[in-house]
Amino acid sequence: MSRHTLSVLVEDKPGVLARVASLFSRRGFNIESLAVGPTEMPEVSRMTIEVSVESLPLEQVTKQLNKLVNVLKIVELEPDSSVQREIMLVKVRADSATRSSILETVQLFRAKVVDVALDAVTIEATGDHDKLMALLRVLEPYGIKELVKSGMVALSRGGRAMTDRTLRPVDRTG
Amino acid sequence: MLQGQRCGSRTGPDEVRKTVSDASATSAGQVDTGNSGEQITGAQSLIRSLEYAKADVVFGIPGGAILPAYDPLMDSTSVRHILVRHEQAAGHAAEGYAAATGRVGVCMATSGPGATNLVTPIADAHMDSVPLVAITGQVTSSAIGTDAFQEADIRGITMPITKHNFLVTDPAEIPRAIAEAFHLASTGRPGPVLVDISKDALQASTTFAWPERIELPGYHPVTRPHSKQVREAARLIADAKRPVLYVGGGVIRAQASPQLLRLAELAGLPVVTTLMARGAFPDAHPQQLGMPGMHGTVAAVGALQKSDLIIALGARFDDRVTGKLDTFAPDASIIHVDIDPAEISKNRYADVPIVGDVGEFITELVAVLGEEQAAGHQGDYEAWWSTLNHWRETYPLGYDLPSDGSLSPQLVIQRLGAIAGPEAVYAAGVGQHQMWAAQFIGYQNPRTWLNSGGLGTMGYAVPAAMGAKVGLPDTTVWAVDGDGCFQMTNQELATCAINDIPIKVALINNSSLGMVRQWQTLFYNERYSQTDLHSHRFPDFVKLAEAYGCYGLQCDSPDQVDLTIEKAMSINDAPVVIDFVVHKDAMVWPMVAAGTSNDDIMVAREMAPSWDRED
Repeated sequence: MSRHTLSVLVEDKPGVLARVASLFSRRGFNIESLAVGPTEMPEVSRMTIEVSVESLPLEQVTKQLNKLVNVLKIVELEPDSSVQREIMLVKVRADSATRSSILETVQLFRAKVVDVALDAVTIEATGDHDKLMALLRVLEPYGIKELVKSGMVALSRGGRAMTDRTLRPVDRTG
Repeated sequence: MLQGQRCGSRTGPDEVRKTVSDASATSAGQVDTGNSGEQITGAQSLIRSLEYAKADVVFGIPGGAILPAYDPLMDSTSVRHILVRHEQAAGHAAEGYAAATGRVGVCMATSGPGATNLVTPIADAHMDSVPLVAITGQVTSSAIGTDAFQEADIRGITMPITKHNFLVTDPAEIPRAIAEAFHLASTGRPGPVLVDISKDALQASTTFAWPERIELPGYHPVTRPHSKQVREAARLIADAKRPVLYVGGGVIRAQASPQLLRLAELAGLPVVTTLMARGAFPDAHPQQLGMPGMHGTVAAVGALQKSDLIIALGARFDDRVTGKLDTFAPDASIIHVDIDPAEISKNRYADVPIVGDVGEFITELVAVLGEEQAAGHQGDYEAWWSTLNHWRETYPLGYDLPSDGSLSPQLVIQRLGAIAGPEAVYAAGVGQHQMWAAQFIGYQNPRTWLNSGGLGTMGYAVPAAMGAKVGLPDTTVWAVDGDGCFQMTNQELATCAINDIPIKVALINNSSLGMVRQWQTLFYNERYSQTDLHSHRFPDFVKLAEAYGCYGLQCDSPDQVDLTIEKAMSINDAPVVIDFVVHKDAMVWPMVAAGTSNDDIMVAREMAPSWDRED
């Protein structure tokens, strides 16, 4: 099993998230993360889906996704040729004894403290999967009270945009 | 299209349709949007949309949420509504209509239970790629999500079993939704589309405007095959030693039978036609090897299994065809042609994947093969044909007649095919009778064999035959049904009798759930758990037929079979049901047991064919 990142342009129509999510589950694929939001084009949303599968079943799920009428375009973003980011908020136990070393860690990872309480700090960190895991490993010993991740968002590197040709007929032979 | 002729018994629709099409042709190719600015209700807009979509028949049942639509429907002169007795039958009737005519079938139901009763036929149409539009009423939009009376999230429920579906709450969107639904259902890989319309949208005031063009930016089915791939296919065909055309239901949906015949004859290729493709290639043709799969002929199963090149045309390598997948056709390269890219390499890797319309593909392939042949490059399949002919002669389809003189179901079905002939349409239920009907009725024409292949829906036959007869009123339509299946949907005999839809039903009554019983015989030590329906005792099918206003005939002896069928053929003023009382121990052979390899096909119980020639 390997991790793949799919970027999916969809029409912003009611039910489209349910169509995509249920397709993954009924074809037996586990979604690791899914982030969805608006794009530079009105009426078009972009989903970034992380999924762990072998490459052959991935081709099958991509083809099935392409059959959804509201799906406009799908590309797989390779880690080397794309920028992949996730935002994480993590609430770490902190008292006067540990606070300064936690803050040092935050600086090392170029993260930010966004809330401070007497017994905890909340840290905002952005990065790829590995960086966030590394930060969490360092924070773990202090005691993680709560954490949330946004799910991966990603764009390809270079000047071209996935949306460039979308409103023209898309070759969906896959 | 022949709608006019076929609906000749009614007045009105032809003229209206003519007006519509004339209007669309006027003023230099401008599309008639019908937009007069006139204020009408959403319900009127829906019915007008159906008229513009050229729907001539709707099968359905009214109810609370869809009620507004039934009022203007009463005034439509071009859309005939047929009131069925159960929504499941409305769906299957629309499927039968579509499968027999090639046009989009339409069914209509109310919200909640009306809509959920459509789920089975929608799933059936999805599996068998039947162009179907289902229209359902929904509760008023402000009540959606409140568990209102007769509320069901039918859009959510049918998401995995439709090609696409819509929930319409704005009356202005009704024409576009209907236009898109018909377009989606009938183009690319055909399939079911559901349009759920809230009651307030049907009641509200709106103006009608038929969309000038379909705008579906995410929907572009590829119909033109890649010419480089076509040449590659031609090269493999010329080089192959043991090629076979594996023909699926896609050839029928694509109406590509004439092209297929040209290809097979030009290249001298053997043909197997799957359960969904019976009739796509004439059974009487010398290159036809029959049906492959679990109950296929030895020659057809062997042709795939021992092939070195399988040319799959609109077929999907279903498990009932391949048997145990990892032992299927181990030496074969695969050319896979399908309009649905997701079918290619789904089950079996395709060496030459070709996305496109199968008719266009064959036309191009025939042209390329013709050039190759002119250049002296042609396949030599003589040794292969010799092997295939040996299998065909050694292991023909057959059956044993019962020694006690009771009636053999295979004999009944074989005689039915011989007497009713290849111009008739046959709709089957699911089970033993379905397999025998696929095996022993000779099909010469596409769209004459209707059945539930993918989903295996018992109860399909009677309503599907009804739909087919409505679409083809001048054609003889037989439902070949089992006593189990028949008791699931036979209430539609009333619909047929009342609406002058004289179908004929050959009821293969073995008093049991025969296919399940066969498996119990073979795999469960003859322990017949819950498969005896006692239908030689109850119900009395002759009385039941008569109660529904049909003719009821019964036949229990071999020498009465022809007479009884001929009598049924002579009756055209009402539906006919023949209760063929057959013996229950007949089994469907050959058989590839579920989960086993095609190599292990049995021609009869504990009797395997020998693949290698011993002479």
